[in-house]
Amino acid sequence: MKRLWAMTLARSLEFLRDTSALGWNLIFPLVMVAGMALIFSGPGQPLFKAAVIAPAGAALDAKLHPFLATPHVQFYAETSVEEALPKVQRHRIDMLIDLRTTPGKYWVNDQSPKGTTLERVLAGTAGPKLEREIASGAQIRYVDWVVPGVLGMNIMFSCLFGIGYVIVRYRKSGYLKRLNATPLRAIEFITAQLISRLALIMLITVVVFTGTNLFLHFRMEGSYLNLFLVALIGAISMIAMGLTVSARVTSEELAGGLLNLISSPMMVVSGVFFSMDGSPQILQAAAKIFPLTHMLEAARAVMLDGAGFMQIAPQLAILSAMAVVFLAIGASTFKWTQD
Amino acid sequence: MLPPYDSRLRLRPGSQLQCDMPDILTVRNLKKHFPKVQAVNGVSFEVAEGSCFGLLGPNGAGKSTTVEMLEGILKPSSGEILFRGEPIGPRYRERVGIQFQTTALQDFLTVKENLRFFHSLYEQGPSIEELVETCHLGEFMDRDSRKLSGGQRQRLLLAIALVNDPDLLFLDEPTTGLDPQARRNFWELVQSIKARGKTIVLTTHYMEEAYLLCDEIAIMDHGHIIARGTPNRLLAEHFNDSVLEIPSAELNGQASALGFTVRREAAELMTADVNDSVRKLLDAGVSLTHLKIRPRTLEDLFIRLTGREMRS
Repeated sequence: MKRLWAMTLARSLEFLRDTSALGWNLIFPLVMVAGMALIFSGPGQPLFKAAVIAPAGAALDAKLHPFLATPHVQFYAETSVEEALPKVQRHRIDMLIDLRTTPGKYWVNDQSPKGTTLERVLAGTAGPKLEREIASGAQIRYVDWVVPGVLGMNIMFSCLFGIGYVIVRYRKSGYLKRLNATPLRAIEFITAQLISRLALIMLITVVVFTGTNLFLHFRMEGSYLNLFLVALIGAISMIAMGLTVSARVTSEELAGGLLNLISSPMMVVSGVFFSMDGSPQILQAAAKIFPLTHMLEAARAVMLDGAGFMQIAPQLAILSAMAVVFLAIGASTFKWTQD
Repeated sequence: MLPPYDSRLRLRPGSQLQCDMPDILTVRNLKKHFPKVQAVNGVSFEVAEGSCFGLLGPNGAGKSTTVEMLEGILKPSSGEILFRGEPIGPRYRERVGIQFQTTALQDFLTVKENLRFFHSLYEQGPSIEELVETCHLGEFMDRDSRKLSGGQRQRLLLAIALVNDPDLLFLDEPTTGLDPQARRNFWELVQSIKARGKTIVLTTHYMEEAYLLCDEIAIMDHGHIIARGTPNRLLAEHFNDSVLEIPSAELNGQASALGFTVRREAAELMTADVNDSVRKLLDAGVSLTHLKIRPRTLEDLFIRLTGREMRS
């Protein structure tokens, strides 16, 4: 316990005194959130997005309904009203059309300017008349949606590179070899790295969230405790992932390459900046292998939909399982020396 | 103060081997295979408690591999290492101190913080104050450990190696890269540590260092020990001659006739009979004003045993 504490303290001091790294960890998410808020606070995006529930086997084209040929509108398939309707309520899509019945139905959000515009276009289109349904709900600003993404991404980078890269550097410089000559055990060293990084990244995340919330006032429907829990378990799983990558690697270049190989696709498919609704099924399935996907799902559920503990329990369970598996691999394959 | 270089044969301190002391380390038929090379090929020796044992050899001779096995860092392919009669186990790390040839420390930590950190990894050890005094760290305790001079850094690494009050201390080329002053200071430090009864295993490329500090040396080459004993006994065994050195110009072009080997301005002759050689020089009309007679050194022995070819 004494050894674990000493190692944790030494690593934390090193990080805190490395002002460039600390500054980067703090400034990067701040700049990202502010930038996103600026870019997306103006007029809405030109593209309209509409979900269509089609009869079995039918393609989403003009034959089904002439409206589906409207340019600058992205039509994509959904399978049930229950799943798609909340997206209209949350302004994530502008319209939902159900063409399985005659006459067909459509839902728009009466508080959404884009929905109303799209409705006008529909009224001016030839083809069978559709019945109007109203879905109400306040709009979620893009910044509300993107803030968990940006903070999650920062946690991801900090955990993967802050752990993976640092351990490989220690190994290459011979510091690990020096530690190996002491009674410090591998599990103590690894746990100390985990605790130190976890404490620092949680602190940074809380500071950045609170700081940006002062002037952006995020939507927060659920409990802060649940959100903290999501970030905590998510961070542990990604630290564990970094440990696994760095368990045996001896070159910083290889470590950097491997970490980029993991973090780049994770950033794209986990839904940091854009909703993955409507993207190919295979991509959505692939995204499930990344901890960030589950972390963002849970964080958005808490923040935007006010999900309680039981609703985010599946994601927390997946993240915990990932953490356990990665930690087990990392600890059992850990190497002190270069050869 | 250390004795001057030229008189070290007569004045070398602690040159008697402590034969009455039990062995702290016993090494039997130690071997280490790497995928492409047999680094250590059946090495056996003992290290007496309280002595300083020097392991010498050219690069690639297998001494670093041997030392890493003794330190418990590297697992031998076969053979035995006994610490006070017992195979080395998990408790061994509490009993040994290691100063690696190159050690990185954690960035952004001061000397004091580094010492405290390593101190807390062990169950016992001298106080930080004692270590600071022993290794003369007082003036730079609050400095970032990356900003130390070579000598200061080696003293800090030595202090870290002593942080658990070890019985057995490994020093792996501790003075490589230090300036002559820092090297001499470090030797004094090692001698004061030895005087407290610690056993030291030293590897070095400096024969002067081995001669001054070691009670017993082993010279390794190609994975074997090729010579072992006290420095003086080894010199007596391998050399029965002395070296006559004279400026080449004084020989009036008779260097080869007189059996001298010319090396730039100086010419050398190895001779077992100094009287006879000096007489011949006088007969040839050579002025003896600048003649030097020196005994053979460990360096001569090292070169004789390991050859002169280039090593990687």
